[in-house]
Amino acid sequence: MKRTIFNNQLLPWLLLAPQLAITFIFFIWPAGQAIRQSFLREDAFGINSSFVGLRNFHGLLDSAQYLNSMKVTVIFAVSVTVVSMGVALLLAVAVDRMLRSSRVYTTLLVWPYAVAPAVAGILWWFIFNPTVGIMPYILDVIGYDWNHNRSKTDAMILVVIASAWKQISYNFLFFVAGLQAIPASLREAAAIDGAGPVRRFFDITFPLLSPTTFFLLVVNIVYAMFETFAVIDSTTGGGPAQATNIMVYKVYFDGFIGQNLGSSAAQSVILMMIVIALTVIQFRYVEKRVEY
Amino acid sequence: MFRLCTASAVALAASLTAAHAKTDIQWWHAMGGELGSKLEEIVQGFNESQDEYNVIPSYKGTYPETMTAAIAAFRAEEQPAIVQVFEVGTGTMMAAEGAIVPVHQLMEEQGANFDPSAFLPAVVGYYTDTDDNMLSMPFNSSTPILYYNKDVFEKAGLDPETPPKTWGEMEEFSNKIIESGAASCGFTTGWVSWIQVENFSAWHNQPIGTEQNGFGGPQARLSVNGPAQVKHWENLNRWADEGIFEYGGPVGGDDAPPKFYSQECAMIMNSSASRAGVIANATDFELGYGMLPYYDDVEGAPQNSIIGGATLWVLSGRPDEEYAGAAKFFEYLSSPEVQADWHQFSGYLPITQAAYDLGKEQGYYEENPGSEVGLQQITLNEPTENSKGLRFGNYVQIRGIIDEEFEQMLGGDKDAQGALDSLVERGNTLLEEFEAQSQ
Repeated sequence: MKRTIFNNQLLPWLLLAPQLAITFIFFIWPAGQAIRQSFLREDAFGINSSFVGLRNFHGLLDSAQYLNSMKVTVIFAVSVTVVSMGVALLLAVAVDRMLRSSRVYTTLLVWPYAVAPAVAGILWWFIFNPTVGIMPYILDVIGYDWNHNRSKTDAMILVVIASAWKQISYNFLFFVAGLQAIPASLREAAAIDGAGPVRRFFDITFPLLSPTTFFLLVVNIVYAMFETFAVIDSTTGGGPAQATNIMVYKVYFDGFIGQNLGSSAAQSVILMMIVIALTVIQFRYVEKRVEY
Repeated sequence: MFRLCTASAVALAASLTAAHAKTDIQWWHAMGGELGSKLEEIVQGFNESQDEYNVIPSYKGTYPETMTAAIAAFRAEEQPAIVQVFEVGTGTMMAAEGAIVPVHQLMEEQGANFDPSAFLPAVVGYYTDTDDNMLSMPFNSSTPILYYNKDVFEKAGLDPETPPKTWGEMEEFSNKIIESGAASCGFTTGWVSWIQVENFSAWHNQPIGTEQNGFGGPQARLSVNGPAQVKHWENLNRWADEGIFEYGGPVGGDDAPPKFYSQECAMIMNSSASRAGVIANATDFELGYGMLPYYDDVEGAPQNSIIGGATLWVLSGRPDEEYAGAAKFFEYLSSPEVQADWHQFSGYLPITQAAYDLGKEQGYYEENPGSEVGLQQITLNEPTENSKGLRFGNYVQIRGIIDEEFEQMLGGDKDAQGALDSLVERGNTLLEEFEAQSQ
């Protein structure tokens, strides 16, 4: 085989330059700024600023609210991922079987993905609003007093439903594609050998879906941790009593609303480290169990 | 040569036009909807009244968004000359020495017509330093009052013309209303932090912090866990359990007004500036207005209520002629006609005695019952150290803590004393941080 060799030393850098510039301007530079600011104590206007070392980090790890926010993030991210992937898989398996009408179902099921997070948030906020919503009214009939302004559990359920609902469509699309890629002959052979539908699903379909599942796992955790900001903001605003204040929302609230820039920057640095750690764990340990 | 001449002629012409052009003055504000249109109308009135200055109002979103936008702009050296900042941002603005031009200094330097004593003491008290110098220009100030449903009162066998005066009566009336089936809840409230903590304390002449509620300097700390406040939160918690009081959510309490409009709750405590909204929504029943209730066993109650809303701050670092224009604009804004018009349109308080008197002369308060309650309430007594207002740094975050601790109490995680103690402790951590920042 003949290999083409480019002798130009400059050309590869030139071709890479746009991507490198974007990475630098939108990632490395702001990240560097955040790290710098996390060591400073500064007033809102930036008139006085002093170097305080690790004080911002100490303050955070000492604060019950921050530890609470970490706990809330874990519960929230796991719940959103499990609910959105579980429901999506269920729907995908159901649609995969129906060959004729699946296109209509697919279109209908993909719709929610087109809805902006803030709009989705408002929608669910409205449905579950204790004063004017329809759900509390229905729940009242069966004897459950829904009030996400007072009950922490209710509030968590609300933000999980609102966030997961949007992501179901996305997961559904990937699961359907994954299911379609599994050769029918494998399942047919298993059926001839006498395996029932449940056995066929767990022994053949699910293992063959594992690359899709792994990909979605990464995407969903990232989604739950970082992109649900608008949902939280428009439904509960992190309340009641910090019960739904996930880490990303806390960064925004303390920095943007509270003007406590040092603490907010320290929080984003911690968040950045968590993301790096998560990525390493996922790709070193979880990915090994995935069969492509 | 010819070309050079043309070029210089063009340049000359350009500089001549520039000399004749009006000076633009940017004003960033947070008044959306009808209030925003009214504000623009007021600005237009000023722009047409003279030909030197052109004030340009820009809507920047909510109060926190407007303030943050101005701070970010200042850091980027693109700040507007005037920015509207809500009252809880006062501590932060005041501490930003070098970033702001105090209003008293601006008016003095520009030789503008300015008499601090013409303003209502309860309004300006909030925005003056310890030497009684005005730091920002009052524009839209409000105070919480009690709105009640006269129809429900009548159905419950109460006198529809008599709102409850004390918290004892609040409980008594509410029980009668619920027992008679006239409504399913006695009362609700907007703004737990502003109404049930800050105004509650001022109204009962109780401090919410040391150093004259923070006016004395950044070394002030919270002390809002006194016996009167603890008793009030205990009662609110009990009333919530008994169904007399319903909680309408954090910050402004978005769910509170619908509870009142739908006649689920017979009474609501909310801003005097929400009057227009209440009238527009309370179409099925007759409205009554009253002052905030008080505990008659607390000495000094009722004192006077304190204000909320926003003021106009002048930011430093703009060209001199913009400051001359800003001073002129403030003169215009505080004139009785402009103020009375704005006050009557919006439900905000008039900021000067003259604007108040003009409204009286026009017979406005007789024609519009309830429009005077807020004013009577803030002018009930000469403000004391406890009822002048409050000034703490990081107060936007502290208000968040107040809501959270209140919710913890309602959720049964803490009792009133525990919630208020924790509020003081957490708030003081932020105040220590703020004090260290501003040194």
